[in-house]
Amino acid sequence: MIEVKDIRFTYPTGVEALKGVSLSIKDGEFVAIMGQNGAGKTTLVKNFNGLLKPATGEVLVDEVSTRHVSVAKLARTVGFVFQNPDHQLFSETVEEEIAFALRNFGFDQATVEKRVTWALNLLDLTDYRKTSPFMLSGGERKRVALASVLAWDPKVVILDEPTIGQDHRQKEKLRQFIVQLNEQGKTVVIVTHDVEFVAECNPRVVLMKDGKIIADGEAKRILTNTTLALEASIVPPQIAQIFHGLTFLGLPSDVIDVSEAKKILVEYFQEHRR
Amino acid sequence: MSVFEGFRFRHVTSPVHNRDPRIKFLFVIAMFVVTIFFTELLPLLVLFFLPLPFVLIAGVRREWLRSLRGAVFLASFIFVFNFVFGYLYRSYPTTTTLLEYSLALTLRFLVLVESFSIFFLTTSPDHLSLALEQSHIPYEFTFAFTTAVRFVPVLAEEAQTIMDAQKARGLELERGNFLKRVRNYIPILIPLIVSAIRRSLELAEAMESRAWGSSPKRTNLYVLKIKLGDFVLLLLAIILLALGIYVRYFVQIPQFSTFLPPLPF
Amino acid sequence: MSVVETKGLTYTYPSAGKPSLRDVSLAVEKGEFAILTGPSGCGKTTLCRCFNGLIPHFYSGELKGNLRVADLNVNEHTIGEMARRVGLVFQNPENQLFALSVEKDVAFGLENLGMPRGQMLERVDWALDMTGIEDLRERAPHELSGGQQQRVAIASVLAMQPEIIVFDEPTSFLDPLGAQKIFEVISELNRKLGITVILVEHRLDLAARYANHVIIMDEGRIALDGEPREIFNSEQAWLLGVGIPKSVRLWRLLEENGIDLKGIPISSDEATQRLKEVLWR
Repeated sequence: MIEVKDIRFTYPTGVEALKGVSLSIKDGEFVAIMGQNGAGKTTLVKNFNGLLKPATGEVLVDEVSTRHVSVAKLARTVGFVFQNPDHQLFSETVEEEIAFALRNFGFDQATVEKRVTWALNLLDLTDYRKTSPFMLSGGERKRVALASVLAWDPKVVILDEPTIGQDHRQKEKLRQFIVQLNEQGKTVVIVTHDVEFVAECNPRVVLMKDGKIIADGEAKRILTNTTLALEASIVPPQIAQIFHGLTFLGLPSDVIDVSEAKKILVEYFQEHRR
Repeated sequence: MSVFEGFRFRHVTSPVHNRDPRIKFLFVIAMFVVTIFFTELLPLLVLFFLPLPFVLIAGVRREWLRSLRGAVFLASFIFVFNFVFGYLYRSYPTTTTLLEYSLALTLRFLVLVESFSIFFLTTSPDHLSLALEQSHIPYEFTFAFTTAVRFVPVLAEEAQTIMDAQKARGLELERGNFLKRVRNYIPILIPLIVSAIRRSLELAEAMESRAWGSSPKRTNLYVLKIKLGDFVLLLLAIILLALGIYVRYFVQIPQFSTFLPPLPF
Repeated sequence: MSVVETKGLTYTYPSAGKPSLRDVSLAVEKGEFAILTGPSGCGKTTLCRCFNGLIPHFYSGELKGNLRVADLNVNEHTIGEMARRVGLVFQNPENQLFALSVEKDVAFGLENLGMPRGQMLERVDWALDMTGIEDLRERAPHELSGGQQQRVAIASVLAMQPEIIVFDEPTSFLDPLGAQKIFEVISELNRKLGITVILVEHRLDLAARYANHVIIMDEGRIALDGEPREIFNSEQAWLLGVGIPKSVRLWRLLEENGIDLKGIPISSDEATQRLKEVLWR
């Protein structure tokens, strides 16, 4: 679906943000791009929808190089939900906001109306159809931004730091929603530094540091690797931290899920009781 | 967004940068006044090259040239305007004197631009705000200036992010006729303005929380002290002014056109 | 001795239909490290704004009930007067820094108070040292990372030497490592300088270990108020959907399966320790 071939990118300020990155994301995958702030995560995903074009190397989306395609055209396939919804919201009503992209892409009025209703329903915003987005709470505005991107049904959805500022319950809902999106066949890419959130989703993790990918694989394998965590300056999930101190007991070290942790510990306890 | 690059002040120091901004400003005023005295080419040429040693000492040659390049458009307009109208209304004895006069006026404009640009090129924003603070201007204005400068790079980045976010929703900023293009900027301007309003509210909260306005007499962490170099600059400014007055009223300024053959037209 | 004491605090924003704070009564003792948490919209941010007088002086509207912070009745003192005793650090680091250098920002509050220069210089040095950002003294705020900016904000509040500092979700925009560093700075200020801390946070897995007092709000009211371990274990906390640390969740699951860890761990280190003691003999 998305093929990244050895790309390099330097910002006009002179900062080299990507130093030779190669990556392959298949249709329907769920990937979390992780790493410290400044590792190059957002720079990388901005290459997926053509907002940034690599200096060297190539990015192929659905086998077409992004170099000569406009952002508007790529956006049809690759939806990008920005971190701060206030950077997108400008319309008089939530309805208008969601219709914005649909109109830009040239959908006819009937389709626009259908899609808007669908998106409102999907994100539980039907009651706010005629409300001004500026009157909504922070969490509601995030949902409007998400709805406005999902409305045109892109094949790929990129979410940039979706968990910032959210309370526990909102994160839970978001997690379930993202998993559902993925199960429905969408390719989902999240850029995040929230290890606990990733630990609960267990996606494929691509770990970055200083403009390079230093690890790529299963969440539980990468997030529990203390050497990697140190190198990438990330904090391992709590459960992983707990088990790190128990490896001398012969317990596995790649545990990130609470229920799995309970199971393992209960088994161990019962075995050694005798 | 390269326009905003100029606001990212590079941490350069030089004898010129270190001069008290108030004295530097006085020097610029002196240059300004003396420049206004003359419409003859020769003294204006002298005035044009006068700041050159400052430019070289401060190491801002490239930026100085760039600012002059920026003024070229308007300067050429001044030249053409004066030359054409002077020619049509026959206000000058010969075409060469007209040419010299038009060049002089153009040069005068450039000198004015140049002297102000050098001031800003060799004065860091915090140095400037400090000078403003100590010059009995009410603190509210200085604060507004400093805060504005501080947030320019932030706003520039935000504008870029907003453009990216809307482009990612299919907004095309480069297509369409003039009217359509202007309309296409609404999805950029509204989030930018709303964000600026939110930001100012947060800033106001933070300011209040740090006792803004609680004391009638506000003190200052830094204090600008006039040093030897500043006295030297002040002296130079006074000499410049004095010389300018002397030349204006007591010296017969030679014209280049007297040495050149008249033009055929 | 209570540094913060409220009784029956009720407040409605001028344009709002219903109150954001309903009959809030709580007390925070001197030297405590209190965590204030709760679902979005529960009133934590509103309450913070009451502590230093932004409510009712900056935000109009009527503040009913009693509120004493650092021996001052909030209704009777200006925000400027409160600022000498109560500091408030906000969520967005960018919007708390005004000056063109870190030094000047840290001095901002002191300049506002009209402090003499000599004393200011000492305070600035001290605040920069306490927050570990001495080396950033001459940098411009825009060049700094979010974590560094937030430390500058803390230093600028610290420079005024308040008795109590309120932190309103200071790590929202930071990555976990940055957040940890901030919590360590805050904890140090609490332990070494005896500054009372009220920290509003969602990230309890990182912050819980430092607290000795937890307050959970819901819909403008105080829902729970007490010692961290008993709060995190309470049924109500679970129902409120607060981000209870994973170590506590694990403890609960193990308890349900007959494993007694002899104490509720609120940090991963504590959990590891207790598990070692139980599983390894």
